[in-house]
Amino acid sequence: MFEASRIREILEAELPECTAVVEDDPGDGEHFSAIVTSSAFVGLNLVKQHQLVYGALGDLMKKEIHALALRTLTPEQWAAKSGQ
Amino acid sequence: MSGTQERISEMVTKNGVFLFMKGTRTMPQCGFSARAVAVLEHLGTEYSTFDVLSDPEIRQGIKDYASWPTIPQLYVGGEFVGGSDIVMQMFESGELSQLINKDES
Repeated sequence: MFEASRIREILEAELPECTAVVEDDPGDGEHFSAIVTSSAFVGLNLVKQHQLVYGALGDLMKKEIHALALRTLTPEQWAAKSGQ
Repeated sequence: MSGTQERISEMVTKNGVFLFMKGTRTMPQCGFSARAVAVLEHLGTEYSTFDVLSDPEIRQGIKDYASWPTIPQLYVGGEFVGGSDIVMQMFESGELSQLINKDES
């Protein structure tokens, strides 16, 4: 059993200018979905963006986190989406 | 271990569009794998799959091969394209169709 809020804390601590929205949709502590914004994503392709997120979570991806549906955004993309 | 990496390299380079998944295309064993198959079916492209549940060495080996901790994994022309979220996102934007068609022509 793992908390979605813990994933958010780790990502926001590890990635620069990061805002993470993490949900545990089925409420089982294993299957999560996340929208992650970070300035580190600028200029990287999607694979490299997701690898940064997986890298920040480290060994958690091997055990505690069974699945993480992931959407990554640069700060500009995030601003455009939230209509600012 | 290096033998496993060679097997993986051979699989992804000999097949234009290749998907490592859990289960088979007719019987996916995981929702994320099922989603990747659905995208490829919708694109109407030819593709091959490998069921990682049938081979623990490959199952671990592809995570190292692509520095990617999850399955499914899609390869086009020997290059790692992404997991199910990226495949879905690239499908929606039309990029995946472009990439596959470019590889075939």
